[in-house]
Amino acid sequence: MNPRFGPAHFYALLGLGLMLVGVGLGSAHYMESHGHVVTGMNNHVVWGLPHVFAIFMIVAASGVLNVASIGSVFGQSVYKPRAPLSGLLCLAMLAGGLMVLMLDLGRPERLIVAATHYNPSSVFAWNVLLYSGMFAIVALYLWTMFERSMNRHSKAAGVAALIWRFVLTSGTGLIFGFLVARQAYASALLAPLFIVLSFAWGLAVFLIVQSAMYGWNEQQLDPAIQRRMARLLGLFVAAAVYLVVVYHLTNLYFARQAAFEAFILRDGGIYPLLLWGGYAVAGTALPLLLLFHPRLGGPRTTLLAAALVVAGAFAWLYVFIIGGQAFPLEIFPGHVASSSFGDGAITHYVPRWPEWLLGLGGIGAAFVLTTIGVRALDFMPQDDFAALKAEPKGSV
Amino acid sequence: MKSERDSGAKQALSGRRSFLGLAAAGLGGVLIAPGIHLIEVAQAAARGTAPAGANAKVRWGLLIDTTKCASGCSDCVSACNTENGLAAPTRPTDAQWIRKIEIKSVATGRAQSLPVMCQHCAEPPCVDVCPTGASFKRADGIVLVDRHSCIGCRYCIMACPYQARSFVHEPLTAQKPEVPRGKGCVEGCTLCVHRIDAGGGPACVEACASAGHHAMLFGDLNDADSEISHRVREVASKQLRPDLRLDPGVRYQGLA
Repeated sequence: MNPRFGPAHFYALLGLGLMLVGVGLGSAHYMESHGHVVTGMNNHVVWGLPHVFAIFMIVAASGVLNVASIGSVFGQSVYKPRAPLSGLLCLAMLAGGLMVLMLDLGRPERLIVAATHYNPSSVFAWNVLLYSGMFAIVALYLWTMFERSMNRHSKAAGVAALIWRFVLTSGTGLIFGFLVARQAYASALLAPLFIVLSFAWGLAVFLIVQSAMYGWNEQQLDPAIQRRMARLLGLFVAAAVYLVVVYHLTNLYFARQAAFEAFILRDGGIYPLLLWGGYAVAGTALPLLLLFHPRLGGPRTTLLAAALVVAGAFAWLYVFIIGGQAFPLEIFPGHVASSSFGDGAITHYVPRWPEWLLGLGGIGAAFVLTTIGVRALDFMPQDDFAALKAEPKGSV
Repeated sequence: MKSERDSGAKQALSGRRSFLGLAAAGLGGVLIAPGIHLIEVAQAAARGTAPAGANAKVRWGLLIDTTKCASGCSDCVSACNTENGLAAPTRPTDAQWIRKIEIKSVATGRAQSLPVMCQHCAEPPCVDVCPTGASFKRADGIVLVDRHSCIGCRYCIMACPYQARSFVHEPLTAQKPEVPRGKGCVEGCTLCVHRIDAGGGPACVEACASAGHHAMLFGDLNDADSEISHRVREVASKQLRPDLRLDPGVRYQGLA
């Protein structure tokens, strides 16, 4: 069934999305013509706000496919009808994230060089393969879902996608995990942390999109399904905060990391503010309250919780990516250092408008692809209520 | 009525399938074709060029005597800027291939001043992480960036423990022909590779000697008879962040 909203609504949404994409492309062109000097980035914070947008979308793209995996790999019937939408959102967000990442390159026109020159020891290069492979596997997975004669291969494709995205999200975490000299990174924990974060962020995005689709079609999501998905989001958010806490506790335990943790948790200005206020309170505690409180947990509070999880994700990534670079490298342990190049000093970084617009352009691209996909193909979840009632209680 | 609707739906589905098939084929062609073309061009170019390589028996290195390096002196920095056509840095976005760092021990209060540049590691993290192989180590140990294949991802800057690389944030003009530089690429100390290949040494070392400080010594660490090899055998010297075991080619004498 196609959404009930008419062509006018579709073209209005498409227009809005394309406008965002246009603004993003214009911004990238501006950055390309003038150089990155028009951004807030410098020689110390070399990955700025566009990376926050890009990594959010790439990580959430992997996590959003969890909905399909729970359905076709783990046989949970509530999630099966949602698998196509989950696959579409995965492709759309991956495309949006990669668009931002590519357009933020110093030489985006040399993208073809990245495809033809391959350094096998680079995690970035692995990710080039992982991201393009993800497109192929999810496209195949969608095909096995839509083409009736291929339905029997859907589970195998689902398992392949599940394994691939575990590797992909590990790869994204390890982009940072393999950075040997940075206090914020260089941790194997980042691979599982990114996987669990992807579950929470992906499901939050899915719930927001699903809620919008039901709203535009004037349909009501079955309360039992809504409660199950809300509970699952809560579990993912709780698991993610556990790993974030372990990451900081490990750092706090190591004396050599004490100064960095003091910076991120207490003294770093915007970074502790975003970590505590944005991630811990708004992005974790509040959603958990909204999702698990016995008197709350309705469709609106679930939607609010999902939106807060996404906001918390941006706050966490900002602290992780920008804060991790703003803290100075320790070239001379046990010494206070200073130089004309900012050695020993906290780097000042404020994102400037081209970065915001490029990031929003990526969101716009994901929105456009989702809108076209939903319009052109059958992505609206169709629940089989008889099968749902037969499922044992307490399923995820 | 129902069969008409079914037939219409089937037609729509069939049209949609053909459209999607065509779109996928078209997109695949657009994505793959330029890559294949470029591979051919690259292979043709490689066949036509003679191999010109650095000497693998050599390991170029520097020994910096911090006891002779005066606080406030920046002759090495000025010489580097002049030699490589870098503007005097005024902003955090400006490139610095070598900088003077003032350090003070937290435990003892002992202050020192020393230059830091690319450490030309034997195990360079910048080379490991570079997705295109633009960051590379020559056979003689000099770590460089190939400006033709650098895509400006800045991953090498993230990976370098010495903050030794800069990203070109603005369009450049009047570059020196022997020092290729350009907006959107990453760059760093080349050890004045153009001078080394012509039989000379780095400009910073020459400037330090000309000013009478003699705090920097350049030479072949693999040649047991070279002055630098004699000195590193005779005096205590250390590499920066030895715990990382990257085996930098730059060593510091007198560093507490």
